[in-house]
Amino acid sequence: MSKEIKKGWKEIPIGGLLLDAGNSREYETGTWRTFKPIHNAEKCINCYFCWEFCPDNSILIKDDKVVGMNYFQCKGCGVCAAVCPTKAIEMVKEEK
Amino acid sequence: MTTKYEALTGAEAAALAMKQINPDVVAVYPITPQTPIVMKFSEYVANGEVDTEMVRVESEHSAMSATVGAAGAGARAMTATAANGLALMWEIVYIAASTRLPIVMGLVNRALSGPINIHCDHSDSMGARDSGWIQIYSENAQEVYDNYFMALRIAEHKDVLLPVMVCQDGFITSHSVENVLPLEDAQVKKFIGKKNFKGLLTSEKPYTIGPLDLQDYYMEHKMQQHDAMKHVIPVIEKIQKEYAETFDRKYEIIEEYRTDDADMVIVGMSSVMGTVKDVIDMMREEGIKVGAVKPRLFRPFPAEKIKNVLSKFKAIIILDRSDSFGSFPPLYGEILASFFAAEKKPYIKSFIHGLGGRDTNVEMIKEVISELQKLRDTGESNFTIDYLGVR
Repeated sequence: MSKEIKKGWKEIPIGGLLLDAGNSREYETGTWRTFKPIHNAEKCINCYFCWEFCPDNSILIKDDKVVGMNYFQCKGCGVCAAVCPTKAIEMVKEEK
Repeated sequence: MTTKYEALTGAEAAALAMKQINPDVVAVYPITPQTPIVMKFSEYVANGEVDTEMVRVESEHSAMSATVGAAGAGARAMTATAANGLALMWEIVYIAASTRLPIVMGLVNRALSGPINIHCDHSDSMGARDSGWIQIYSENAQEVYDNYFMALRIAEHKDVLLPVMVCQDGFITSHSVENVLPLEDAQVKKFIGKKNFKGLLTSEKPYTIGPLDLQDYYMEHKMQQHDAMKHVIPVIEKIQKEYAETFDRKYEIIEEYRTDDADMVIVGMSSVMGTVKDVIDMMREEGIKVGAVKPRLFRPFPAEKIKNVLSKFKAIIILDRSDSFGSFPPLYGEILASFFAAEKKPYIKSFIHGLGGRDTNVEMIKEVISELQKLRDTGESNFTIDYLGVR
């Protein structure tokens, strides 16, 4: 886990105001994970069920194909593995 | 400047001030004794005398929520309430302050039940003293009227950005007709100016208001609020000075009445101080050297100022219009705390008075003055708390 230097009270907008939209992209929620989804391209039929169900938009698609997970954001909820019709996603215990 | 007095109740004076402010949004729900403010203001809306969008909400919780939403989006937003209405908007009252929204709210002080009572005391606003709002207390309709304009400037000042309650006593002030000297619309417009804000919330410039704020940043935002309160007193002094220079109406954070040669004073807030001043005038004719001290501001509490003013006297009695059951009444407790580090301390005593609208009359104030004389001469009742006029 990275040691982030947080800003002081004089350096942040007042009242908890967030001035930039979409800043949740900068927030690493990947550290919350206990189980990590591993994508197996050979079993995958690119049905996009995982992409549809993922609550964190963490399924990466390139050239119409599922190519893996965004582990910076993925919280390891396992919904992708649960909905996968071909068991192409396996939940593996995080080694930390 | 207009020199024409108008006969107005405190509530009508508040509504007239709101009309002249011409806020963008007013979201409000009627509750006794605040109702005549919203009643009169909706008349202005219906007559097209203001540009305000009036939101007729279904409860005070919604009134404060809609006001917060409007203010958060960059509008000048106002509301008004009393007692149980304030209690119902409670969680959003805190949110307004911690989100740093410069809302001005008329608070018509009424006993917060129970048993149910609709008349004046300060138990409603005193409960909100730690909510992060600035609290200004008005003695009469004229003060109510003038306080609105100053409150708006204080709330919107860049060093402050905090909501303000303009308090007046329920029925006693809100429903009594008094002579009020209004300002002209153009004068008000010039004094309050345009809202100095970051601009309206638009899709081109989005921002987030009130996000989740946990262990990592919450304390930093509380520190900002703590710091903002420190700026309030100098800002008020500046605005009061400007108000005096512009309109020849002098207001101070702490008003002193016939204190020059006094060796004892009564300290209190809002309408009772009118009676106190009259009784002081009577006592002065009998040669009793008594004065009065009236703080207009309770949050932030002007501790240093009050200590400096009160340390001149031998004895002081503090009138609180609410109790803090099991502790010190609010004004008394604040004043005790202000004196803790002082070398010279007067004898000090507390009276709780006027709960649930009980009239604090001339005879009672005379009794307070006779207690004050005993306190000054013997110090016997030092640090005691009593109810005034209780059977």
